[in-house]
Amino acid sequence: MTDNILEKLKILAESAKYDVSCASSGTSRKNIPGGIGNTAGWGICHSFTEDGRCISLLKIMLTNYCIYDCAYCINRRSNDLPRATFSVSELVELTIEFYRRNYIEGLFLSSGVVRNPDYTMERMVRVVKDLRTVWKFNGYIHMKSIPGASEHLVHEAGLYADRLSVNIEIPIEQNLKMLAPEKDHASVYQPMLYIQQGVLESKEERQKHRFAPRFAPAGQSTQMIIGATNENDMKILQTSEALYQRPSMKRVYYSGFVPVNSYDKRLPVLKQPPLVRENRLYQADWLMRFYEFKVDEIVNDQYPDLDLEIDPKLSWALRHPEMFPVDVNKADYQLILRVPGIGVKSAKLIVVSRRYGRITGDTLKKMGVVMKKAQYFITCKELPVHSVNEISPEYVRKTLTDSSVSSSKRFVTQQLSLNFP
Amino acid sequence: MVIFHYDKTFEGLLSAVFDAYFRKTFPDKLLGLEEIDPLFVDENYTVVTQKDKAERVWKALKKKLSSNACNMLTYVWLSELEESDRLIFQYIRKVFDSEVSIELNLIDDDILQVRNLAQKVNKERLRMIEFVRFQKAADDIFFAPISPDYNCLPLIIQHFKARFADQKWIIYDIKRDYGFYYDLKTVTEMTLETTSLFPGGKLNEALMAEDEKKFQQLWKAYFKSTTIKDRINPKLHCQLLPRRYWKYMTEKQ
Ligand code: SF4
Repeated sequence: MTDNILEKLKILAESAKYDVSCASSGTSRKNIPGGIGNTAGWGICHSFTEDGRCISLLKIMLTNYCIYDCAYCINRRSNDLPRATFSVSELVELTIEFYRRNYIEGLFLSSGVVRNPDYTMERMVRVVKDLRTVWKFNGYIHMKSIPGASEHLVHEAGLYADRLSVNIEIPIEQNLKMLAPEKDHASVYQPMLYIQQGVLESKEERQKHRFAPRFAPAGQSTQMIIGATNENDMKILQTSEALYQRPSMKRVYYSGFVPVNSYDKRLPVLKQPPLVRENRLYQADWLMRFYEFKVDEIVNDQYPDLDLEIDPKLSWALRHPEMFPVDVNKADYQLILRVPGIGVKSAKLIVVSRRYGRITGDTLKKMGVVMKKAQYFITCKELPVHSVNEISPEYVRKTLTDSSVSSSKRFVTQQLSLNFP
Repeated sequence: MVIFHYDKTFEGLLSAVFDAYFRKTFPDKLLGLEEIDPLFVDENYTVVTQKDKAERVWKALKKKLSSNACNMLTYVWLSELEESDRLIFQYIRKVFDSEVSIELNLIDDDILQVRNLAQKVNKERLRMIEFVRFQKAADDIFFAPISPDYNCLPLIIQHFKARFADQKWIIYDIKRDYGFYYDLKTVTEMTLETTSLFPGGKLNEALMAEDEKKFQQLWKAYFKSTTIKDRINPKLHCQLLPRRYWKYMTEKQ
């Protein structure tokens, strides 16, 4: 390895860090004799950055040179910043050596666009192909597909990567065109479709022949930048829901806009990235994926934006006091799941254990239910009755926000300074 | 008060269960062999640990419990918490005394406690899988010192054996002074003669492989570059990556 590898690593990690998708779950891959590593099937985070994001993969760019000029991107061609390019073998060696020391779960490879999408994509494919075929690497590989890359390259990538992603970045086409003139939604949705086809075909093949090659077995993901343009949360979450209806789409990530190019007048002026909003979107996304919520229950014409002060589940519950209180000893699982303060795990525990006897407030607490919230929305006999109906949603809201007000209020005021040109 | 003394091994505990059922007396307290009796003792019994007795109890348990619940009992044992043996004993008794399966009856305090404690141990087990850092020694062995709160080293060996099948490694619990060595074929339990190999959680530099320092440096640089400064949140950071593990983590040294 050459000596300037340290410099390159710094530059190319720095350039890749704003891409948020980094999880490693979704496939399991066994070690093959003479090979390195395996893939666990569940998300393994090997470290956490000081900003609290999980490091599970070596998230890196092959190069941060780029012919495009997207306004929200630090690597846009009009920025004057140090540029670097890894050789295929350098990147392969780095991945293997980091993996052997248990620093990482695998590789997340992205790249700036050099020359044209296919030229770039081809070099990226070489990295993942070498890892799999020459080094017999069985760790996790997530590769970003370059918008506009042709089908055969996407297809080849899918043979070696566990997950492929193409970032939408901006949910409304017109806004995307404003910030990234060289891109459009077609160049994003087209490769998404190739990936979907690849996944479905391989699934079908493997039902016939067990050893048919796997294609991106962990499916695909995408990301949207939040707060760089004026889309409301309803637009964002509707886009996510539509994406989740596609068979291979596994995760939509939300990346609170970090103003890296503050000189660009097309971008909003922010004091701080919209962290609370980003967090609320993840919570809402979670509700859609694990709590059987429909998007219009969370946001709709009447409530187009998520409440920054309280989480979306509590927010829904306060808008629907008529659904409560829920009797934890009798109600259906789906209904228990809707109680603020009760998570998927505790909802399951409640349902399996209540066959043995009556569940009390004390049991709930020990099962991990957040009683501070849940108490207004449940009954279980000996609990004092002060349900949301009796003491009013406004009052519950006030009680629950008062205690946590200091930290979230601070964020909220910072967020209000968001203004669009 | 009925007191059972036993050798504070898991096998010993299972033997105690066996004896209790055989004698039809059940302990109010479980003590180590050397431990001193409390004041009012009605009956005092010393368990002789026997493999076959322990195995019979374990087999009977396996018949009545899911493998998940059996694992939970092992996890609770490895928590090494003061009262964990009493808890396991109580749990096993409830299993044997009930006609129907009790493992989902979380309304019962003992059963819920077993589950909650097993979950804590499991959490640390997962953290070890994530946070173990290997350092390559000159003789090509990858070395990782740890000191978990619970004794979860035995629970992570399979993971590393499957994952790093083509490299030799040692994972060593410094707090409990034992470890496991994988020689490309099998994993053996071992104890090092000296702990001067890793002053302060790091492999002695003289023993490191030639490239090792470079990769540590690269990893540290990567860790630093990947932080987004506008979003730094030290409280969250410590919550996710508890300070007590930092000593062994290359990126935090
Ligand atoms: S194409 Fe990608 S790397 Fe290039 S400027 Fe746009 S977002 Fe940045």
